[in-house]
Amino acid sequence: MKRMKKTLALLLAAVLCLGALAACGDSGSSGATANTTSGGTDTGSAGGNPVFKLGGTGPLTGGAAIYGNAVYNAAQIAVEEINALDGVHFELKFEDDQHDAEKAVNAYNALKDWGMQVSISSVTSKPAEATSVEAYNDRVFSITPSASSTATTEGKDNVFQMCFIDPAQGTMAAQTIARLNLSNKVAVIWKNDDVYSAGIHETFLTEAAAQGIEVVSDTTFADGSDTDFSVQIADAQAKGAELVFLPMYYQPASLIFAQARAAGYAPVWFGVDGMDGILTLEGFDTSLAENVYLLTPFNAWGTDARNVSFVEKYQQRFGDVPNQFAADSYDCVYALKQALDAAGCTPDMSNADICSAMLAQFTSMTFDGLTGTGATWDGATGRVSKNPLVVVIRDGIYVAAD
Amino acid sequence: MSFLSFLISGISLGSIYAIIALGYTMVYGIAKMLNFAHGDVIMVGAYICFYAVGHFHLPPVVGVLAAMALCTVLGRVIERLAYKPLRSAPSLAVLITAIGVSYFLQNAALLLWTSNPKVFPNFFGREAVGPDGQAQLLTGVELFGGQLRISYVTLVTIVVCLVIMGALSLFISRSKLGKAMRACSEDKDAARLMGINVDTTISLTFAIGSGLAAVAGVLLCSAYPTLVPTTGSMPGIKAFTAAVFGGIGSIPGAFLGGLLLGVIEILSAAYISTQLSNAIVFAVLIVVLLVKPTGLLGKAIREKV
Repeated sequence: MKRMKKTLALLLAAVLCLGALAACGDSGSSGATANTTSGGTDTGSAGGNPVFKLGGTGPLTGGAAIYGNAVYNAAQIAVEEINALDGVHFELKFEDDQHDAEKAVNAYNALKDWGMQVSISSVTSKPAEATSVEAYNDRVFSITPSASSTATTEGKDNVFQMCFIDPAQGTMAAQTIARLNLSNKVAVIWKNDDVYSAGIHETFLTEAAAQGIEVVSDTTFADGSDTDFSVQIADAQAKGAELVFLPMYYQPASLIFAQARAAGYAPVWFGVDGMDGILTLEGFDTSLAENVYLLTPFNAWGTDARNVSFVEKYQQRFGDVPNQFAADSYDCVYALKQALDAAGCTPDMSNADICSAMLAQFTSMTFDGLTGTGATWDGATGRVSKNPLVVVIRDGIYVAAD
Repeated sequence: MSFLSFLISGISLGSIYAIIALGYTMVYGIAKMLNFAHGDVIMVGAYICFYAVGHFHLPPVVGVLAAMALCTVLGRVIERLAYKPLRSAPSLAVLITAIGVSYFLQNAALLLWTSNPKVFPNFFGREAVGPDGQAQLLTGVELFGGQLRISYVTLVTIVVCLVIMGALSLFISRSKLGKAMRACSEDKDAARLMGINVDTTISLTFAIGSGLAAVAGVLLCSAYPTLVPTTGSMPGIKAFTAAVFGGIGSIPGAFLGGLLLGVIEILSAAYISTQLSNAIVFAVLIVVLLVKPTGLLGKAIREKV
């Protein structure tokens, strides 16, 4: 027994040592990133370019890490590009929040201590709802690339969004179906235990009725019954739906496509931004997603020069095709630069002064980015208004649908 | 005809539950503990097979065998590290440990294989020339001029289920090791006095259970091909329900419970409401347990005091 205790004590000590080492590694790496991302800062401050401290949090580890890393990667690219230009420069610090509201607040506080002046808020909705309260109290101007819940910006005049709010996508989907004249008889399959899906479903039904689209089949699934869709597919097929609207993430959608093909049902499929990513699914037969329409803020195969250059840089540095989160993040940093430049802010101003100058800019300016041109923001709600991109999947890539 | 096709969907879902439930029920029947990590061993098995076939280009059969072998080893390791030290601890402690192991496996998988979903290849198809003259992969048999369709995965799953069920029943009732298992489950102390190595017997049970989990994992992912670190957890819980439904500890009960659970789930979604299908499944479970507390095929064992 005694020996066991000794071994245990030794093991504990070893774990503690490891922890300390890991912490060292961490600070080492963040120091390194600070160096690379603020490449222009030294010369910048000497040459008179104002340098602002830009902070943000997102899941860099854990289940939602793909989103956080995409945002962080793209923000690094944007900051490097901006620091090579005239006007304001940035020094970027991005903290891991593991998609957890409490950790996000801790990360926010660490950024605050560092002296953050403007923020790209948090990547995912729950953490963003928590950090935006802090940013509101501290008067730190924030714009989130991807936290799409309404609660993120509600009641906080200095928190803005680059992405559309969830419910807006239902309305836009119904309008797009009517505009492109895709079909008048549609089915909806949605996930009833998911706010994202339920919110889009609700606004879709309202707008579909207004657009004269008949919803002939309306079926659901939930966590735990998200493997077999034969009932939902059979219902849509039996009621003659020519288009099936899928307000959900791409994972269940990939099963629906496969099962519908097996059942010999080939309607027009229509998805929202959660469908983005289906083509990068490892091992996925992309022919299943042929002719799937989706609303997405970003098309990685777009031919616009800025788009191409961003995708190339991203692929070179990180080896992945950037997703919408990356593009939203890139746009956030550029929107902040545009507003700071126009407002003539200087880094020695207090956060509250920067914040009120930025508020005036954001409520009056128009921004052209990768995720849409002519974006404007509503000062009361912090929501963005821009034209959604409608794409259709052809031969395994996105093609503009109109 | 639509009723028949829903019934077939229900059976194919149920056969997956059944094959997972077999592992649950066997371990419970012998070791008298609920191995909540079973669903996650299934997930690990599926990943091993996915990488063996997808990245090392081994033939599917070898992939399945590799998954079985590695999962058996994994089962032994889990048992040795997490459950064996608790052999004399109250069953609640073992239960909590099993939940801990389940989380450990999920998070380890997250680190190793990331949360990006993978699409599992379909092993059960055959090449054929389609009506348009192009080669296509047939994944099922069609009856009545295409009105009814049974996928090969379903057929294979049911056959595998029956084979495993028969083999397990024979093994437990006829072989010497099986006899030792039954003895352990009835009375550990008496079994030890009779010269049975209780520890080895229970370890063997876990090894077999984990090997079965690998087979279940491959079949689960062949039928519903997205693979993420949490793939095993929900089907695992449903299969546990199926095992209780059929009478936990009873091997034919797990098969029956799994099939019925799948059929009830699909039929209630089809004819009552897609929103309420889960609620209906569990309501049926409650009614069955109220009427027959030991489950459909469970035996009431009177405790002698």
